[in-house]
Amino acid sequence: MDNLIALLVAAPLLGAAVLLTGGRRLDKAGHWLGTLLAAVSFVIGLVLFADMLGKSADDRTLHQTLYTWIPVEGFQADIAFQLDQLSMTFVLLITGVGTLIHVYSIGYMEHDERRRRFFGYLNLFVAAMLLLVLADNYLLLYFGWEGVGLASYLLIGFWQHKPSAATAAKKAFLVNRVGDMGLSIAIMLMFTTFGTFAFGPVLDAAAGGDASEGKLTAVALMLLLAACGKSAQVPLQSWLGDAMEGPTPVSALIHAATMVTAGVYLIVRSADIFNAAPDAQLVVTVVGAVTLLFGAIVGCAKDDIKKALAGSTMSQIGYMVLAAGLGPIGYAFAIMHLVTHGFFKAGLFLGAGSVMHGMNDEVDMRKYGGLRKYMPVTFVTFGLGYLAIIGFPGLSGFFSKDKIIEAAFAKGGTEGWILGACALLGAAITAYYMTRVMIMTFFGEKRWQPAPDPDKAASVEPGADAHPGELPHPHESPKSMTLPMILLAVGSVGAGAFFEYAGFVEWLEPVTGFEHGHSPLSAAAVTTATVVVMLLGVGVAYLQYGRRPVPAVAPRGSLLTRAARRDLLQDDFNHVVFVRGGTHLTRSLVYVDHSLVDGVVNGTAASVGGLSGRLRKLQNGYARSYAVSMFGGTAVLIAATLLMRAV
Amino acid sequence: MSATAVAPVVHTLWTTAAGPIDKIPAPHIEYTQLSPVLIVVGAAVVSVLVEAFVPRKARHHTQVFLSVLALVAAFAAVVGLAAGGYGSTKAHIAAMGAIAVDGPALFLQGVILLSAVLAVLTFAERRLDPADHGHRVDSFAAEAAAVPGSDQEKAAVKAGFTTTEVFPLTLFAVAGMLVFPAANDLLTLFIALEVFSLPLYLLCAVARRKRLMSQEAAVKYFLLGAFSSAFLLFGIALLYGYAGSVSYADIAQVVSGDVPAVDPALAQTMGNDVLLLIGFAMVLMGLLFKVGAVPFHMWTPDVYQGAPTPVTGFMAAATKVAAFGAMLRFLYVVLPGLTWDWRPVMWGVAIVTMLGGAVVAITQTDIKRLLAYSSIAHAGFILAGVIAATPTGVSSVLFYLAAYSFVTIGAFAVVTLVRDAGGEATHLSKWAGLGRRSPLVAAVFAVFLLAFAGIPLTSGFSGKFAVFKAAADGGAGALVVVGVISSAVAAFFYIRVIVLMFFSEPKADGPTVAVPSGLTSVAITAGVVVTLALGFAPQYFLDLASQASVFVR
Repeated sequence: MDNLIALLVAAPLLGAAVLLTGGRRLDKAGHWLGTLLAAVSFVIGLVLFADMLGKSADDRTLHQTLYTWIPVEGFQADIAFQLDQLSMTFVLLITGVGTLIHVYSIGYMEHDERRRRFFGYLNLFVAAMLLLVLADNYLLLYFGWEGVGLASYLLIGFWQHKPSAATAAKKAFLVNRVGDMGLSIAIMLMFTTFGTFAFGPVLDAAAGGDASEGKLTAVALMLLLAACGKSAQVPLQSWLGDAMEGPTPVSALIHAATMVTAGVYLIVRSADIFNAAPDAQLVVTVVGAVTLLFGAIVGCAKDDIKKALAGSTMSQIGYMVLAAGLGPIGYAFAIMHLVTHGFFKAGLFLGAGSVMHGMNDEVDMRKYGGLRKYMPVTFVTFGLGYLAIIGFPGLSGFFSKDKIIEAAFAKGGTEGWILGACALLGAAITAYYMTRVMIMTFFGEKRWQPAPDPDKAASVEPGADAHPGELPHPHESPKSMTLPMILLAVGSVGAGAFFEYAGFVEWLEPVTGFEHGHSPLSAAAVTTATVVVMLLGVGVAYLQYGRRPVPAVAPRGSLLTRAARRDLLQDDFNHVVFVRGGTHLTRSLVYVDHSLVDGVVNGTAASVGGLSGRLRKLQNGYARSYAVSMFGGTAVLIAATLLMRAV
Repeated sequence: MSATAVAPVVHTLWTTAAGPIDKIPAPHIEYTQLSPVLIVVGAAVVSVLVEAFVPRKARHHTQVFLSVLALVAAFAAVVGLAAGGYGSTKAHIAAMGAIAVDGPALFLQGVILLSAVLAVLTFAERRLDPADHGHRVDSFAAEAAAVPGSDQEKAAVKAGFTTTEVFPLTLFAVAGMLVFPAANDLLTLFIALEVFSLPLYLLCAVARRKRLMSQEAAVKYFLLGAFSSAFLLFGIALLYGYAGSVSYADIAQVVSGDVPAVDPALAQTMGNDVLLLIGFAMVLMGLLFKVGAVPFHMWTPDVYQGAPTPVTGFMAAATKVAAFGAMLRFLYVVLPGLTWDWRPVMWGVAIVTMLGGAVVAITQTDIKRLLAYSSIAHAGFILAGVIAATPTGVSSVLFYLAAYSFVTIGAFAVVTLVRDAGGEATHLSKWAGLGRRSPLVAAVFAVFLLAFAGIPLTSGFSGKFAVFKAAADGGAGALVVVGVISSAVAAFFYIRVIVLMFFSEPKADGPTVAVPSGLTSVAITAGVVVTLALGFAPQYFLDLASQASVFVR
């Protein structure tokens, strides 16, 4: 069984290699190959899962060492995999949702000339993401981490002919680089502290108190920085909204269900380090709480359906990070919410893609309205995802989010009350903005607009049958698109209850540890409060958007609304602080470079060049001169040898 | 009575006749252990017969087939010997003390044979130039003996003659090169040197294009080679005078002070250190000439430029391997007791070689001359590993040589592809914009240049790292500093070629890139694969080299 682990990664990797190097001749079959290999990986995952279930809880971790990657004295890195319950959960999520999104993309990207390349990138992403969650050491994890970053970059910028997509890809790449720096520093710190970066020894040493708390806090904060970059948490959140420039399946798979949750995985995987660094844990919870409100507020103000969902993603991951920061009382719930979120958010994005597919790639919700009659399947699946995310009792989001809110209160003390209140407030806002999306898209009157004119049409997603100047003809999407939506909707409905009653927490416990939190509020009280604030949010949104016509042009709005539309001024902040500061710094460095360094460098180059020209003259082409030089050389050699002896 | 009287007479006659014969024992030859050399020499002899008896039409194919077969068989023999433990536990001195069969010898023989296989493939290439009078042509003159531009030459071209003699010549050269790093006495060393040098002089002279330049190169090489051989031979004489023997082991014994017995005829000279030091310097000079170290390097650019390019590639790769192998054995086996005397001298040579090669290369405008100076600089880097005087020094040099020979053959093979009406377009200005016109060829050449420059993930980096590390550990830190500085200087001209290929506008009358047959393609591909493999995963080969780093004494 151990030997199957590498195959999990190998199958999609093979797909990426074949699709990206195979050339045009694969254009016809490429998407099938890509989908098939993702599915193969999923099946292997299921086999391993079945095998794992057959073993006792303490005996479920599998290891596979492929070979030693870098063997140097005192420094050894293996290409080795570790499959435990935590990795298994991710493997099933990545390959399962991944396969569905491959299927969806077959329809969605049908008219794109570069579909084969798209599937190659998707396979590359799946392989890298699996490597990330299967690695048994931080260095290999880093490799996967960079791999998913690369795939994300390539896919955000997939329609590179749109300057906005190219810019968004670059932005994502740059912001992620800051986080990646954190991960590399964390790995270096681990190496100097523990002399290794394999999970087992590092985590045991951290748990065993082998390192000072200060060092562990430093490592933990650097890991948190990495997590912030990849999971779009404050302060490295700015790239996620722009990343919606990528094709919608990408937004669903990478920027909602899987890659952006890698930060949560990293924190949970490093649980022992965080447990031993309470200060760092506090920072994690603060980051989570701030982000969950930040994302939710941004989500309220966006008229672009994908950007509203992106804000929501940020907010939901904020919940997970918050839970992960709570320690053993929260790890399992973070992962549980991660998985349920994977289902309903992927479903919501695919629904959004389906709507766009039918609406000439219009993304402005103010130009939707009344679509429920035209796209019944999309409406129902999207609606179920909606109910799941707002935490409607019985659906999956209800179970996982409720647990996180309860755990936040259970943190205890003033912190517990503040975090719990933030989480509750977040739940209300979530209900508000999701209801807004739902109403603006599927209910009310039609506010459809003619398709964009031809010069703008060059920039629309190639998946559309756009007829410039005509009103869109909303229609249900093909089967290849609706089927994944239906399956994900099933997950959105049932996953939470299934996890609750099938014992998800116990399943993860051997890896993450688990403690029951002692909440100052009873579980029933928290649940009631959650449901009440949820209904409150829905009600306000209904009053605002359901009872009144939605204006086709956004009203000016309050100061907060305007700020939220601009992502709470995140880009302005970055611009003023980092871009301008950086520009000044580089300018002064350039000055030093020009005036001082270049002088020295050019001077050296000129003198070496001059020397070269002079020495070259010695090479005059006459054998006699060469012989003389050899003779002289030998004489010097002999003289020097004798001289050395004399000395 | 008469019968009894006759018998002792016969007996006496018989014994007196047999007596002196008994005193010269039949040499004991370990044929199996020498099989790599014997296979190649045998094939070379057969190859000469092929020249004489096989009809002209079939000759080219026969020769190519025979050469490749012999070289591959010899390589298999080397691998077999190494697998049989002759590189480590069973290492010993064969052929009555003349030839060592040990790790370094087998490793270098393997490298020489592999590079010879690739070189023979480039020799055999006949698709780069358009057919001449309906005959396919290779890089070699139709009739080497014909005066350039004469009627005889034209007739030879018209008749479709080709110089298939290059194949037996190559095989003889390879045989000499195989013995050179394994030679365990000074006379064998000298004979091996001549056996591989003489065919090389001839090979240099047989270019199909620019024949006068080719012949000039050959004459220069021959003159200077003979000059350096004379020094070497004189050094050997002095060392014999010093030790009373030409065997490495005996000389080493005398150097270390335990003289077994003083030869009465040499009582005057034996143990005289002046003889030792002068003799050592002269032998060393002969070896430094072959590796192209400054100031014995001046033949290199002229000969590399004039020789037919496939021959240049072969010479640059295989000669260097053989000569460094011989130098290692000479310094490590004969003179370990003299380390403190030879190290300072070698320091000086290494420094001027690294700096000289790198600095002069900057102003070169011809790609073959550029590569020649690059090879000089690389000789300097390898010398840094030699100076380490430790087992890691040996293994680093072995690794470097293996890495370098593949890069070199590949790079020169690429040079043969870039052509204009006058044959190969070797002037650098012609290479401008090559990356736009033939991205693949330019990219491959860029890989080789990056390897020469020692950029990570190429074999050049692994090799340079290994020799510099060995040198630093061996107490030659300053040398490493100079090495890194000259690497930086050298990087300039390698990168300049890349910039020229990829970021300059192509010229209107620029050269075309010939589409080679499978032969050159295989050679270039092998070069790229090995270069990248040794860059990505050097560990296996470093281990192999370090297993092979012990000299038998």
